[in-house]
Amino acid sequence: MSDTTAPAPVEAKEETPFRRFVSEFAANKVAVGGLLVFVTIALLAIFAPWIAPQNPYDLAQLDIMDGRLPPGEVGGTGITHWLGTDDQGRDMLSGIIYGLRISLIVGIGSAIIACLVGASLGLLAAYAGGRTDSFIMRLVDLQLSFPTILAALMILAFLGKGVLNVVIALVIVEWAYYARTVRGSALVERRREYIEAAQCLVLPTRRILFRHLFPNCLPPLIVIGTIQIARAIALEATLSFLGLGVPITEPSLGLLIANGFEYMLSGNYWISFYPGIALLITIVSINLMGDHLRDVLNPRLKK
Amino acid sequence: MTVYLLRRILQSLMVLLAMSVIVFVGVYAIGDPVEILISPDADQMERERAIAALGLDLPLWQQYLVFLQNALRGDLGRSFVFNEPALQLILNRMPATLELAFGAMFLSVLIGLPLGLYAGLKPESIGSRVIMAGSILGFSLPTFWVGLMLIMVFAVQLGWLPSSGRGETVQILGLHWSFLTANGWSHLAMPAFNLALFKISLVIRLTRSGVREAMLMDYVKFARAKGLSPARVTFVHVFKNILIPVVTVVGLELGSTIAFSVVTETVFAWPGMGKLIIDSINVLDRPVIVAYLMVIVLMFITINLIVDILYSVLDPRVRLESKA
Repeated sequence: MSDTTAPAPVEAKEETPFRRFVSEFAANKVAVGGLLVFVTIALLAIFAPWIAPQNPYDLAQLDIMDGRLPPGEVGGTGITHWLGTDDQGRDMLSGIIYGLRISLIVGIGSAIIACLVGASLGLLAAYAGGRTDSFIMRLVDLQLSFPTILAALMILAFLGKGVLNVVIALVIVEWAYYARTVRGSALVERRREYIEAAQCLVLPTRRILFRHLFPNCLPPLIVIGTIQIARAIALEATLSFLGLGVPITEPSLGLLIANGFEYMLSGNYWISFYPGIALLITIVSINLMGDHLRDVLNPRLKK
Repeated sequence: MTVYLLRRILQSLMVLLAMSVIVFVGVYAIGDPVEILISPDADQMERERAIAALGLDLPLWQQYLVFLQNALRGDLGRSFVFNEPALQLILNRMPATLELAFGAMFLSVLIGLPLGLYAGLKPESIGSRVIMAGSILGFSLPTFWVGLMLIMVFAVQLGWLPSSGRGETVQILGLHWSFLTANGWSHLAMPAFNLALFKISLVIRLTRSGVREAMLMDYVKFARAKGLSPARVTFVHVFKNILIPVVTVVGLELGSTIAFSVVTETVFAWPGMGKLIIDSINVLDRPVIVAYLMVIVLMFITINLIVDILYSVLDPRVRLESKA
């Protein structure tokens, strides 16, 4: 805008839907705040080994004499424990940063897989129609009629604990939301002329589905995906807290909270408190983005 | 109508049967109960005797048929750990869970309705903004962590409420209930509030949007034009109309409240079904896992069936559509 001498192609670029989307998203300060917080958390998680004061998995670095130090104390290893230590003498700040890693990997990973599975089945249901459609939607209805926690509990009772099993459980619990969303928008889109045109050109079905139909079903999918990531992170934490989630060797935020449970009754609040705050900030920042994305991407609210 | 009803019931039975296969295969085909239940010191003879006693030597489909046959007679196997009938064990714990779930539903209406009403009547006021922000927090906060924080504040720091257990119970109709004693109430307060937190947010949002819609309706304008006091318009005219959707949704949420009580029961050591299932999963007490899942599945299918039937009674389009 400021550069009036810019060549025509650049000005054309300003008009792309993506640009419009970015500028509309940036208009809401709360959503941008949520994004910034989330990016910070993600960076912390990615660069955990360089940022965390201590490697919480390396037993050689731990001193049991530092166990349950309150926040701000300096331990025997010379590290200031800003958020205190747990019963093993593990620095809570480091534990939280590494725990964020597990929580984010499980949450985002399961959301992406569930999205792929659910979106494919939803597209198939909408495009094929008939028996395929009613079969897939019957499955979706069945899945959605059971509370997520119950379905996840059932799957983990079958499969046992472990990071991979938690991801499988989360995918099975969540795919139905994506399938229903994609089917809904695909049913509308498939009646449009461009799909008819593609069919007249006798393009392969797979190409029509994924290159033509799918990109136009993306906006609602992004909204659902954002909210589902937050839900997946919360559910993983809950399952880990119940002792059915990730193993004790790679604690996620939920497991850190569970570890502090028994010490809380004797007044050592920080072991459970700070991982919970980290979990809360993560979930709220994602939800704030999701809430605003829903407004930006909702075509009914477009002028 | 009768045809629709029969078809719907048949459908529910099919789902129940399918779930029983899934649950049975899921629980019995994965992992080896022999390893867990029989002491590693046991010699070969003892092992075989124990395997035969538990019926684990039969092929899986035969085990399933035996299981199904027994299930129809109300026998879902004996707990490996408690050596009691699994179904009995579950049913004994059920009153505690139902008490907690109903307590939570009651609290969610008691707290959510007035707050939602206020937020709907004065949407621009600061109080309403605080309430709505609070309800977002209610959706975002992980239930189990809130439970821990409640224990920390009210049990550890202030010492007002007990942190775990059910307290004194009174026996009525052969079942133990703790909501009839003062001590029982003090034990119930925190877990019920914790479980209600999510539902409170839900009720606030439902009530708020219901009130905002109702305020624009002609009957409200008419009642005002008649010169009725604002209090009467709010509490008689508006209130009655928003109560229907709120009560419907809260009723529908009963199932999920019971399911989510697993978390709350674990936090507050509440001796209900949820605590039992978590303990049973951890020691792989299969008959109890199977019995719990079957009881819960049956409960859900029944709730869904009743809701569907009610809808079809109220809305003829539903049953006409299913015929086409």
